[in-house]
Amino acid sequence: MPGPFSSTGTTDVVVIGAGPNGLACAARLAQKGRRVTLLEAEPEPGGGARALPDIAPGWPSPALAHLVRHIDPRVEAAMDLSRHGLDWMAADLPTTVLSPQGHLTLRGDQAEGADAAAWAALHRRLMSFAAALEPFRQMPPPRLAASGNAWGQLARNALGLRKLGATEFREFLRLILINAHDVAQDELTDPRLRAALCFDATLGAWAGPRSPNTLILYLDRLAGQIAGGKAALGLPRDGLPGLARAMARAAQASGVTLRTNARVARIEIANDRVAGLVLTDGTAISAPLVVSAIGPKPTLLNLVGPRHLDAGMTTRLRHQKSRGGAAKLHLALSDLPDFGTDPKARLILAEDEHAVETAFNPVKYGEVPDAPVMEIVLPSAFTGGQAPAAPHVLSAIVQFAPHAPRAGEDTARAAMLAACLARLERAAPGIGKLIVKADLLMPYDIERKFGMAGGNWHHGELSVEQMLFLRPLPQLSRYATPVSGLWLTGAGTHPGGMSGAAGWNAAEAILEAGA
Amino acid sequence: MIWDAVILGAGHNGLVTACYLARAGMKVCVVEKNDWIGGAAVSRELTPGFTYSNCSYVSSLFRPEIMRDLELPRHGLQILPYEGGAVLKEDGGFLAMYRDHDANRREFARHSPRDAEAYDIYSRDVQRHCRFIRPLLLRTPADPASFRPRDIGELIWIGKHMSGLSEQQIAEMVRFWTMSISDYLDHYFENPVIKAYLAVSAIIGTALGPMSPGSAYVLLHHYMGDVDGNVGAWGFARGGMGAITRALAASFTATGGEIRTGSPVGKVLVKNGRAVGVALANGDEIRAKRVISNMDVKRTMLRHVEEAELPQDYVSSVRRFKTRGSSGKLNIALDALPRFPALPEGAPHLRGDLHFTDSIERMERAYDDWKSGHFSRDPFQDVMIPTTIDPTMTPPGKHFMSCFVQYAPPKIEGRDWTDADRDAFGRTCLDQIERYSPGFKDLVLHVEVRTPRELEAEVGLTDGNIFQGELTFDQLLFNRPVPGYANYRTPVRDLWICGSSTHPGGGVMGAPGRNAAAEILRDAKRPARDMSDAWAVL
Repeated sequence: MPGPFSSTGTTDVVVIGAGPNGLACAARLAQKGRRVTLLEAEPEPGGGARALPDIAPGWPSPALAHLVRHIDPRVEAAMDLSRHGLDWMAADLPTTVLSPQGHLTLRGDQAEGADAAAWAALHRRLMSFAAALEPFRQMPPPRLAASGNAWGQLARNALGLRKLGATEFREFLRLILINAHDVAQDELTDPRLRAALCFDATLGAWAGPRSPNTLILYLDRLAGQIAGGKAALGLPRDGLPGLARAMARAAQASGVTLRTNARVARIEIANDRVAGLVLTDGTAISAPLVVSAIGPKPTLLNLVGPRHLDAGMTTRLRHQKSRGGAAKLHLALSDLPDFGTDPKARLILAEDEHAVETAFNPVKYGEVPDAPVMEIVLPSAFTGGQAPAAPHVLSAIVQFAPHAPRAGEDTARAAMLAACLARLERAAPGIGKLIVKADLLMPYDIERKFGMAGGNWHHGELSVEQMLFLRPLPQLSRYATPVSGLWLTGAGTHPGGMSGAAGWNAAEAILEAGA
Repeated sequence: MIWDAVILGAGHNGLVTACYLARAGMKVCVVEKNDWIGGAAVSRELTPGFTYSNCSYVSSLFRPEIMRDLELPRHGLQILPYEGGAVLKEDGGFLAMYRDHDANRREFARHSPRDAEAYDIYSRDVQRHCRFIRPLLLRTPADPASFRPRDIGELIWIGKHMSGLSEQQIAEMVRFWTMSISDYLDHYFENPVIKAYLAVSAIIGTALGPMSPGSAYVLLHHYMGDVDGNVGAWGFARGGMGAITRALAASFTATGGEIRTGSPVGKVLVKNGRAVGVALANGDEIRAKRVISNMDVKRTMLRHVEEAELPQDYVSSVRRFKTRGSSGKLNIALDALPRFPALPEGAPHLRGDLHFTDSIERMERAYDDWKSGHFSRDPFQDVMIPTTIDPTMTPPGKHFMSCFVQYAPPKIEGRDWTDADRDAFGRTCLDQIERYSPGFKDLVLHVEVRTPRELEAEVGLTDGNIFQGELTFDQLLFNRPVPGYANYRTPVRDLWICGSSTHPGGGVMGAPGRNAAAEILRDAKRPARDMSDAWAVL
């Protein structure tokens, strides 16, 4: 170590990373009277929700995330986000599946077409399962050992599952680890509805819909809520950066000191205890408590270093799966493209369940799919009619994309962009002529820009073997680390995602531990 | 006369149930549609002088408790352990496998010293998972949604069973049960050939690829057996796999049982909600106090029971039970032992299983073909020449070769298999072998090519699924075959299911047949005789 660690600032708690979870965690700790400093490496807070540089002059870029599916109700209430400027352009967006056989729109349990009744029945059943699982997200993962569990809450949650009734409980146990594809084929006949189910089950995952354990990811989505609306899709005014700004304002109002452009170089450890941290510009901050929201891998492997961890944990962390399978496409357009449907919706470009699976196949081998599937949002469609007219932008999550392409990064990016544009041209003929500039973030670009390991937006795959008490690793699942005073939060910890739930849970765990 | 029980199908599980019931003093009749017995555990002379194990081809999983209870060695069953095998690499090299852990370790070290060390840890971990699950094989799964004392007691038993494990071990177990074999092996190994070899057991017979989550469990399913107490070891039944069912039949008839071959089932006779016997396809009726089906749940319920006798939600559950076949088989009579130039002359590897798939990626691509409704263009083959160990199957100097092939879909691009498809499939497999053994095709005297179509037509496996139902979590344990009916019962009183579509699933294991027998005896309030570990289910 280069000389004794001397600091230029002191605080009770430092939270690293001002994404939604870091913001929620910092706000909660500040509300409970801690002096909290929140460090953000970028000029803007927000993480995956932050504003990105313009696509082209005059065309503002959407954030990495473009829709809100879940804001933890505890976070929403305690941070009072609407008072701090959160406003919805749409809080219950419909979904339209684009298909050569005609488009199909669905909203919650309502679907068009011959399968309407089947969809409603399936949706209601899955919603009831999701509701029974939801309480598990608002607590630290249960421990398998006898000690340390909040037994009362666990018993209540378990009872919630059993209260589904014998038949539904059995059905729950059958479906909990099933794949999305089989459920879609068993329950639905309309390929567009099958596509919608399979697409949403694998969105952001490194798995095709035929992979077992994918329906639970769909349940996880359905368990989300915004502004009291269950399983709703929200588009904030100004997009996700609007949400990020509201959260940052709320955190600051709670007393959090937010420092942007503050990239952490290392966490200082003395006698197996956190002493503080050092920024890349050399600034040292001493703090007895550090909470990192930037992901378990970068935190422990880079900022702490294997020197302070036992070899087993280092190996496990290295092997923890964090493959990103989603790319992000941003198009600056000279006009609103015509998909032949109301653009004020989330558009899914996937004609059936096979299209989703087929798009995943090549990614397993580090290759680019010929026909990617995508989720498209056209923010300017919602601000239409306003003066001055908003610039037209297309924001799409494109699946699936290789995180370590064999052909090399630039070649793969070019091939992926070409495949995306060809696919869009088929869905909206003439869109190619409207493109002013195209930006494609492949998983490796996302890793570089956002620090998400492997470009996986959950900071580590959200798959069954990395969920609950296994997230991110069994030894780290309760937000504490083996280094005294160092805690983890963020999407890489239970329950994943950018709802703020992980941040809130971690803050609660820290408060409960009296740390 | 009225039999105590009639059993539909003389497969190994049907015969195991039959044996236990007969030993408990019941009058039992087994009816079989084919002119021979055995189901998928058969030895058949399809070309003069050559005995084929033309379905299942190796033994390991058959529960030793059953072998002892039913005195199968006395009735002629002998399992010959085999040596190991080899993976032939595309570049001409090979990875050998041996029965002996240390020999394997040395061979691994030739490919990757790191993997040789990892192999010790890997074997220990997998053994631990096996040891945990084996006691569950011979128990009726508890219904977690039931409040009956027996189910609650069983759940407590599992809880106690688990309490011997540390928190870390339980976490490891949950991971193992839910992961893909590819991810699981990545954790231990770096060499692609070693990973490819070890992944094999995770894909055999399943409609999953090595990168599909849940495939690691299938590995366990294939590892939890043993030969003569060597856990995970595999062997050949002397005289072909039919030796197992022949010994079962001998044990059964020795205790007074009767087997009627060439007797296809028409309908299960149901009166006032109770099964009272069976009508054969030729119109003959066999009256019995209970009817026990060795057929898979779909075939039993959808073909041989009047739909009006079944609750509608049960019928829909049975309909969606997944039985997608994924395997084919080539059975080949050879003029002489083929030569594989990559292997040293006189090497012991031909006395085990030979593979040509030297990376997990090739296996997964073979699965991608299956998903798109085609047989694999570069299939995975598990090639065995049992006659290197058991010369009784062929004339002297000749050989029988069994090639198990992954993947073959139940339908080709949505339509039924044709003979031309089958022949193309056979050619693909033979060509692959020829690439590693030039001149191989000249040795071929006769080939039987079996796709899921043939497996369904002859053995009666719905969609040709060799496990009578896929082995994914939604169809395992208390979910198998249908939630709420994992205790070998059906909605029709006195109609039972004892085949592999019940817990613990497929493979020539005998456990479903034994567990069903235990439940039936319990229901009939008869003491189980000659049933070891009878307490486990009674």
